[in-house]
Amino acid sequence: MSVFVTSGLTDFLRDAVDLQVQVDAIGLGAIFALMAVGIGLVFGVLRLVNFAYGQLIMAGGFALAFASERGWSVAVGIALCFAVVIGLSLAMERAVFRPLRTQSPAVMLIATFAVAFLLQSIALLWFGPLGKTAASLAQLNRPVSIGDVDIRKISIVAIVTAAVCLTLLLVLLNRTSIGLHMRAAAMDFQTARLLGVRANLVSAVAVLISGLLAAVVAVMLTVQFPTVTPGFALRETIVVLAGVIVGGMTRLGSATLGGFAIGYASGVLGGALPTAQSQYLPSLVFGVVILVLLVRPGGLFTRGRPAVERV
Amino acid sequence: MSEPALQVKDIEVAYGGVVAARGVSLEVGEGEIIGLIGPNGAGKSTTLHAIMGLVPLRAGDVLLEGRSIRGRSPETIARAGLSLVPEGRRLFGELTVEENLRLGLAARRRGTAGGGGFADVYELFPILEEFRGRSAGALSGGQQQQLAIARALVAKPTVLLLDEPSLGLAPTVVDIVFSTLLAIRGRGIAILLVEQRAQRTVALADRTHVLANGELRLLLTPDDAADTDRMIAAYLA
Repeated sequence: MSVFVTSGLTDFLRDAVDLQVQVDAIGLGAIFALMAVGIGLVFGVLRLVNFAYGQLIMAGGFALAFASERGWSVAVGIALCFAVVIGLSLAMERAVFRPLRTQSPAVMLIATFAVAFLLQSIALLWFGPLGKTAASLAQLNRPVSIGDVDIRKISIVAIVTAAVCLTLLLVLLNRTSIGLHMRAAAMDFQTARLLGVRANLVSAVAVLISGLLAAVVAVMLTVQFPTVTPGFALRETIVVLAGVIVGGMTRLGSATLGGFAIGYASGVLGGALPTAQSQYLPSLVFGVVILVLLVRPGGLFTRGRPAVERV
Repeated sequence: MSEPALQVKDIEVAYGGVVAARGVSLEVGEGEIIGLIGPNGAGKSTTLHAIMGLVPLRAGDVLLEGRSIRGRSPETIARAGLSLVPEGRRLFGELTVEENLRLGLAARRRGTAGGGGFADVYELFPILEEFRGRSAGALSGGQQQQLAIARALVAKPTVLLLDEPSLGLAPTVVDIVFSTLLAIRGRGIAILLVEQRAQRTVALADRTHVLANGELRLLLTPDDAADTDRMIAAYLA
């Protein structure tokens, strides 16, 4: 409440409905929604919360910075980013997720913690705590003027990219055999296998798509925050995980909505609050998460009771 | 005479240290129905799970058309020509009837005749064609059982395994399910039927094994149907 007392409720509301703040917030929500899909898809099929998702994005960010420092073109940088993130995702699946698939969710979660810190430590050794800068991507962060408002290009790019990615994913899940197999595996993995659904293929495809989305997110986050450090995307991942849990982990759609909602809320609050107050934002966000889980443990957007056997 | 469709050879299965099946051997030939009956916890489902690769064999072997499938993953075994209709049906209730059938195609071997359609199973279960756009969870128990069998059949299996298909069904619906099994046998598919309804199973199957405490105790033929209960009681006493 002190927030409103000091900054003034009217100021806050005026800034919150400002078109620029709104577009930026939707843009951030779109990026978070993609991360939520990436995390939710792997959770659906493997019942595994990939805490190392942020480190995949971090690795993509370093790939972009690496290319940028060598003066390579943006296209080459983006290609390198995709190659690194997807390669790392598949390696993670093969070396860690697949052997641990039959273990308890707790074992898998702790294994992904270990992977996360391993990757972060490697980044620290190779690139140092100050990280590297992907300067060549900054052009995408410039504003374009529509009428009398300035909107950052990246926000528009993020919204369009997220819409395209989510549409493609929906088509894949609903219109193809592998999509049907993935949905079945997410509902009942053992029965799906008894019907001949290839467990390894389904989990590899889920991880591959999740990695593709991480690469997309890496590009968009690096444009907005060109300084890539070993802790890059870590905070965003935690916030998205919170959003996914708030939205409801067991359904991809509601998890995505949760990711978008928390990104959008962070965007509006971060854009409308003065810095002195916005530093409290993460605390506020996680406070809300705890509240929501106390009231609706299955998530905001799910019906019925949460599935007990799930995380 | 070629190799029997399915041979189970002296298998032993244990959960932790507890033996759930020991020395189980049986054969199912092409166009045969073999019954497997016995009290709860006798090891009937365990035997099916062991055949499908859901639980590891501690000893023995399982041969499909003469080739060992021991140690293979469930999906490899399904793709090799074994289809299980699991206990409780295990349908994907949120998916449509047709989507459930499409999942059954996952195990169909390449080059199998009959194309990608479901004409065969719709002929056997006309109600499924009528309800193909409905979600599987909205079907009645009997219709769900028909869908579970149809889903296993679209893979065009060599051997069909059924785990208590009559469980929870009304007697008239059980009649439908059992007569369907005869029609499926007529198509040359080997059937291994695990059931609780002893007498009906003995009457239907070419041979019926009685399992108790993880071991085969008795072999019955349709001639024994009338005396099934008395014979089982005498042997298991």
